[in-house]
Amino acid sequence: MIPLILKKTANSCTNKVSFMKNLTTPHMERCIGCHSCSLACARIVHKQISWNMSGIRIYSSGGISTGFEARFCLACNPAPCALACPTGAYSQRKGGGVIFKKKLCNHCGDCADACPVDAIYLARTGEPVVCIHCGQCVPYCPHNCLALIDPQTHKTAASVESII
Amino acid sequence: MIRDFFRVLHVNLSEGSGNIISVDGRDTVAGGSGLSALLFNKYAEMTAPWDDPCQPLILAIGPLTGYFPLMSKTVSAFKSPYHDQFTESHAGGRSALSMRFADIDGLVITGKSPALSCLVIDSNKIEIKNVNFLKGMDVSESGKILRRMFAGSGHRSILRIGPAGENKSAMACINVDTYRHFGRMGGGAVMGDKNLKAIAILGDADFEQPKDKKYRDLFDDVFQQITSTDMMKKYHNIGTPANIKPLNKLSSLPWRNLQSTSDPGADNISGEKFAEETLLRNGACSGCPVGCIHIGFVREKFMKDNRYMYRHVAYDYEPIFSAGSMLGITDSFSILSVMDEMEKAGLDAMSAGVALAWATEAMEKGYLSEQDTLLPLKFGEAGLYKKASAYLGRGVNDFYRLLAQGTLKAAEHYGGADFACVLGLEMAGYATGEVFFAAQSTSFRHSHLDCGGYTYDQQHEEKDVVKAVDFLMEDEASRLSLNCMVACLFARGVYKNGLLADCLHSVGYTALASNMNNVAGHVQKLRWQTRIKTGYNSGSITIPKRFFKVKTWKGPIDPAYLYSLKEHYSKRIFAFADPSNDSDSKT
Repeated sequence: MIPLILKKTANSCTNKVSFMKNLTTPHMERCIGCHSCSLACARIVHKQISWNMSGIRIYSSGGISTGFEARFCLACNPAPCALACPTGAYSQRKGGGVIFKKKLCNHCGDCADACPVDAIYLARTGEPVVCIHCGQCVPYCPHNCLALIDPQTHKTAASVESII
Repeated sequence: MIRDFFRVLHVNLSEGSGNIISVDGRDTVAGGSGLSALLFNKYAEMTAPWDDPCQPLILAIGPLTGYFPLMSKTVSAFKSPYHDQFTESHAGGRSALSMRFADIDGLVITGKSPALSCLVIDSNKIEIKNVNFLKGMDVSESGKILRRMFAGSGHRSILRIGPAGENKSAMACINVDTYRHFGRMGGGAVMGDKNLKAIAILGDADFEQPKDKKYRDLFDDVFQQITSTDMMKKYHNIGTPANIKPLNKLSSLPWRNLQSTSDPGADNISGEKFAEETLLRNGACSGCPVGCIHIGFVREKFMKDNRYMYRHVAYDYEPIFSAGSMLGITDSFSILSVMDEMEKAGLDAMSAGVALAWATEAMEKGYLSEQDTLLPLKFGEAGLYKKASAYLGRGVNDFYRLLAQGTLKAAEHYGGADFACVLGLEMAGYATGEVFFAAQSTSFRHSHLDCGGYTYDQQHEEKDVVKAVDFLMEDEASRLSLNCMVACLFARGVYKNGLLADCLHSVGYTALASNMNNVAGHVQKLRWQTRIKTGYNSGSITIPKRFFKVKTWKGPIDPAYLYSLKEHYSKRIFAFADPSNDSDSKT
């Protein structure tokens, strides 16, 4: 197990930081399906006890890969969900992904429909839950499946090595 | 959801109806084992047989399920087809979190469905679906179809039975999410009798986080303890099979129907060997970062020209003992292939392995012939045990149907009771000595998990009956604190009573937190009183002669000590459960 070291992550979950890293899942083949990441996001970011109200959600996958897959924002740029949003609740985030302003959302669900990878969860109220790439979930993964990386710099050998 | 009562879904399969009820008692029984016993008293007919349609199948989670790590298990309670008395079995997988997020603390299923059915529930739906097309289908195949039928991959739990459950075998388990089980005491037969092939629980609700700021800090403290210390290393690393080598070295690992307790073959079936050769990956129960589930594989050539199939099989210490050493099999892949057949049939691997070990010796000694077993059973021959497991699960003839009701039932008919390795239930893999033998034969679930008798044997050479029985009673109560939560017992080193009270307090169970010292004793008494009402009679539980021939690291078993332990333990239980002592919950 990887010990939990709760350190400040690179991105603030307030969406106000301009320098952006993105959440990635370089080692999902190591996932054991404990849902610690989802539960952490729900608890820390959304103040919920839930495995749905989370920017990252874990599903089991059958077939030959038999294991788990993570569903979360893949940091599109341009982001189809932002383009689809009729109220301006979504805007493009620098480095990919979106900035979501809850108070502007009318719960239409167009964002979820537009997402090509089903990364946006709609709560029963219709409120969308989308990953904001804050990285709060990362330290809770016991197998280091998750990583927060800077897409601009991770092409260096040292950076690539860090996620092998 | 934090609430000072229990939200229980009662489904009546005969009527095809369901209703949500509120049940009081949160501060006295907490949940889990306590809630199960409470609900059993509310719904069960104590003297009616286990297969009376009125009898309930109960599932219960605890007050901290989903709120803290390793609060990840579910208690099932029912009247057992094995002994027709009240019992419990525990399982993990996604069952506990699915129930939490389906917003129920307990599920009570009564009645009998007119056709083979699947019960489907989520936080705002109850549906009883006809699944007649799954009749007779094994656990693996039916799992694939059920997963296709119901939405919610990863956030749902699918409980299902195999042919053994449909045939009402007292050794039938309830498979939970493929790799976990309500294994012992025949829960699968209870579902089978109710014409219930499967239960699909989708956890689709969300709850506000507790307002107390201490909650998040406490969560991180617990998470850190679990992931940063060595407390869970054993379960995370080799897993429970780490016990194979040390128990073999201590002359406490049952081999070939307990004809010996040590064998050089242990090196080939050790946890280390399984990890090196067969381990594909690990898995976890939802809400647990430890990941103690060890998943190996079987790969078989089923046709010439290099046509192969493979399947995943989860392994642990107990099934390695029962489908391995107990059957004289000393190859890790062969053991997995036998376990795989037991899984498909929906059999409790522990009971099935011990039963087949007895059948093998009974053949050797002439009590059984090949006409009965249909196979020349022989220790070490995995191929024969694969077939025998399928025969046992499917109940292909009178012999296998009787054996499926319990080894002693078969021995009563065919002879050979002296070497039936049964201690109230087919033995667990601990030939550690008198205390464990007395404990398993007398304890509530006849489980090695009721209390740590096997540990006591390994640590105590002295023969002090009172001290040993004190330990058994107190250890049962201590484990019950966790079973009421329902925490994984692997976390017992972390969740001491003080921490449990802090956790309960942080989520808002203030009264329960301050009453935790009384809860375990109260539930312990309630469970025993309930078991006694359903016919518990420790005097009728015999210890077969084979157990008196065991030699452990302490030397030969001392019959006088063993009988004395069993007698005193039993007396303590009855005295403790005596309703006239109800004001005193101390063990």
